[in-house]
Amino acid sequence: MRRVVPIGPYHPLQEEPEFFKLIVEGEKVVDLEINIGYNHRGHEFISQTLTWDQVPFLVERICGICSDSHPYAYVLAVEDIVHITAPPRAQYIRTIIGELERIHSHYLWLGLAGHFIGYNTVWMWVWRYREPLLDLFELIMGNRNHYAINKIGGARRDILPEDYPEIEKYLDLLEKKNAMFTNAILDDPVIRARLENVGVLTKEDAIAYAVTGPTARGSGYACDVRKDDPYDAYDKVDWNEIVFEEGDVLAKTKVRLLECDESIKIVRQCLKNMPDGPIETRVDEIPTGEGIGRHEAPRGEVLHYVRSDGSNMPVRHKIRAPSYMNIASNVVAVKGYSIADAALVLAAVDPCYCCTERTFVYEKGKKKYSGQDLLRLSWEKTEKLRRRYRK
Amino acid sequence: MKKEYSKKTLEEITKKFPEVTVKIHGPRRIYLRAPREKVYDFAKFLFEKKGFRLSTATGIDTRDGMEIIYHFTHDEAGTYYNIKTVIPKDDLKIKSLATFLPAANWIEREIHELLGVDFVGHPNLVPLLTAETWPADLCPLRRDYQDEHKDLKVEKKAWEEP
Repeated sequence: MRRVVPIGPYHPLQEEPEFFKLIVEGEKVVDLEINIGYNHRGHEFISQTLTWDQVPFLVERICGICSDSHPYAYVLAVEDIVHITAPPRAQYIRTIIGELERIHSHYLWLGLAGHFIGYNTVWMWVWRYREPLLDLFELIMGNRNHYAINKIGGARRDILPEDYPEIEKYLDLLEKKNAMFTNAILDDPVIRARLENVGVLTKEDAIAYAVTGPTARGSGYACDVRKDDPYDAYDKVDWNEIVFEEGDVLAKTKVRLLECDESIKIVRQCLKNMPDGPIETRVDEIPTGEGIGRHEAPRGEVLHYVRSDGSNMPVRHKIRAPSYMNIASNVVAVKGYSIADAALVLAAVDPCYCCTERTFVYEKGKKKYSGQDLLRLSWEKTEKLRRRYRK
Repeated sequence: MKKEYSKKTLEEITKKFPEVTVKIHGPRRIYLRAPREKVYDFAKFLFEKKGFRLSTATGIDTRDGMEIIYHFTHDEAGTYYNIKTVIPKDDLKIKSLATFLPAANWIEREIHELLGVDFVGHPNLVPLLTAETWPADLCPLRRDYQDEHKDLKVEKKAWEEP
């Protein structure tokens, strides 16, 4: 007999708006209905009412985790309209931030995946080494998330030479720890039993559903914008594309773990070869035309299509996030597995629904801090952090 | 990695589909304009014979009609192909790609509800993002979209803390 097991509209573990209707026969999942749009925010529409320089701050807020990816793809798209490229130093800076973001996003997923299979040691362990990276972001850009590093024609902030040793130090630590995680997770028989041959997405399905990122590379379909359509500093550094053929959750985990190693390699080379010079090309006017920006976000290809009519606002701004393609492939990946596996399989594509909450502090029924106070507190914290690291 | 040059692919495309006009924007950015009737066969050829991947589709409300752009990428050569077509506003119909390409399923549903384009042959053309109670003939991304709440001025007091 068929029954429906709903997950959502808020995911109980991920705390994000998604609605999966699992149609089950006994313990076995036979079909899946996906219902999105619960928290549709209309970014494409809002973007058409903002000026060119305001849009990066808007699209950054699409996602709290890959908050570098969307502005990155957007500025690449606008630079494509104007036919310019950023100066070399800005290209290296953007590449470094993009890669550091990949590490922190993959670690976030790894921790959550550990949490999903009930292995909380992995969760706490991994996030312990993710935290210093967020400090590093705050040190460089003043914010743990929402870095605001991308600007049309360059980068908004420079990475100061006195911060290089801090980054190097973290990369040394991470290299050791990542090797430890890789060995520990791949050797553990319990984790293997939960991940191996679970949620298999075949290569044919990966192509038909046009999935991207680690989801595609874990299914043997090699597509990586950084290799296929290199931008900024990606064709000036040496790194490998990680591809596994199996298509199960374990393969996706392996792709993400080994990609962190490649990211460390890229950041090291960028820091070593970082050129001097300006970090911005001045853009006075956006001419009529259309442009496409692609960036390999942690979850896959981000695509921004922007059309200009010569005014100070985009006339159409199409945003395609990687999870839009990846989540749809769950329909085939989850069929035939048990309900217990379903929670993990649905999370294996690293779905990203993005909701960033605002903070209020109440004391005796009165609001303690205004927006301005919170901003001041955040600045003070950043200053404290900078004093600690820079001595 | 780079097995095939885009020039060779482009020649093959123009030979097989002479009605397609080509505009080369950059070294890896190509815009192709195809008549509405040819889009289905053209996309099918690109996906099945050439191994292109559908990235997404864009719908734009323009003065000449509704413009649909299918963004295809050729991962082997790293080239981006955009198939453009314009549909007249009094006959908003186009043959759906979702029949052979599951990746087009969601994006066609999205364009259907936001711009009101009818994708003929789509297996499940129900709204994707808008609420269940949203009227089907109201398309929020059209230029002529009028929302009764759009100009509603909210008094500031309602948002202030007690």
